[in-house]
Amino acid sequence: MSAVLFFIAAIAAIVGAIGVVALRNPLYAVLALVCHLISLAALFLLLRAEFVAAAQVVVYAGAVMVLYVFVVAYVGGGDEIAAGSALRILGPIFALALAIELFIAMLGSALKGISGKGAPYVPGFGTPEQIGKDFLTVYLFPFEVASLLLLVAAIGAVVLARRRRGLDEEDVDEIARLLAAPRPSYTGTIAEGVGVRKVLDLIEEAHGGAIEIVGGGAASEAVPAAPTPSSTSTSTSTATAQAPVATAIPEDPAEHEEPDEHEEDEEK
Amino acid sequence: MSLGWYLCVSVLIFSIGAAGVLVRRNPLVVLLCLELMLNAANLALVTFSRLWGGESGQIFALIVMVVAACEVTVGLGMLVAISRRNLPVDVDQLHELNG
Repeated sequence: MSAVLFFIAAIAAIVGAIGVVALRNPLYAVLALVCHLISLAALFLLLRAEFVAAAQVVVYAGAVMVLYVFVVAYVGGGDEIAAGSALRILGPIFALALAIELFIAMLGSALKGISGKGAPYVPGFGTPEQIGKDFLTVYLFPFEVASLLLLVAAIGAVVLARRRRGLDEEDVDEIARLLAAPRPSYTGTIAEGVGVRKVLDLIEEAHGGAIEIVGGGAASEAVPAAPTPSSTSTSTSTATAQAPVATAIPEDPAEHEEPDEHEEDEEK
Repeated sequence: MSLGWYLCVSVLIFSIGAAGVLVRRNPLVVLLCLELMLNAANLALVTFSRLWGGESGQIFALIVMVVAACEVTVGLGMLVAISRRNLPVDVDQLHELNG
């Protein structure tokens, strides 16, 4: 009975493996790998590794393969170009040589046990209880290192696959235009953040026009001599009365978007 | 079944996976073939664990599974990044880091 099960599972595993290599469509290759993994789990069960078989089905055939299917759906598994002729011939030859060498190494070894059925079965061998006991006593350090490795891999995948869009040509032009436009020099500063802006808005409301505070020497350079259309004449004198040094400049429609553009620029 | 048969299956699967890594060009399929090789190693580990009657081989197989999951996560993340930049999904044309 176990021989029949073994041959069914082994043939399914090998056919699945060949399918992974031979099928052109990546989605079918993933499905072939699922078939391979499930038959491998059957082999693990025959070897009395119950917990490993369960983990194989749940983690591998379940979670990892779902990840693969999602990526195939995202990337779009088109047919690939045929391999270069040299590797196309040398690859299988190398694999054949590897197989022969491994057969010699495995079966030609002096291990007497491989022609037998293995160690006598002890009840409890390979159960989750036994594996868990091992993991939390003898193999505690590898267990913790594995969890750290998973964390690193998760963070790495997020960093690798996150959206990192550069600026297009028209974006660059747009940002250059926005940066060149006259704007109050306090935008995007701490002064704006702590609420000076609110006071200035009130002043603006009172006078009907944007006001610019020229704080230090550097701040005044930030405002270029913009082509001012009109409306500059709105009460410069009253503004100076309330702010230290203030001049009225034309209302800039884009000034509220300014901090965002700065951020994007820095990210780039 | 004698345990030699399991080792034969493991050797065959490993060789098929190695051939796939060499022949296929799509990075996704290359990752799948790496999975094949790791699973072949897992099968050999579990077989030897049965041979000696100790659980160490099974523990090792579980750790290999963890490492394989990490490898898949990072590999697929790179694949998504590649396709997002409209680079060719072909291992022969992705040679920017090549010396």
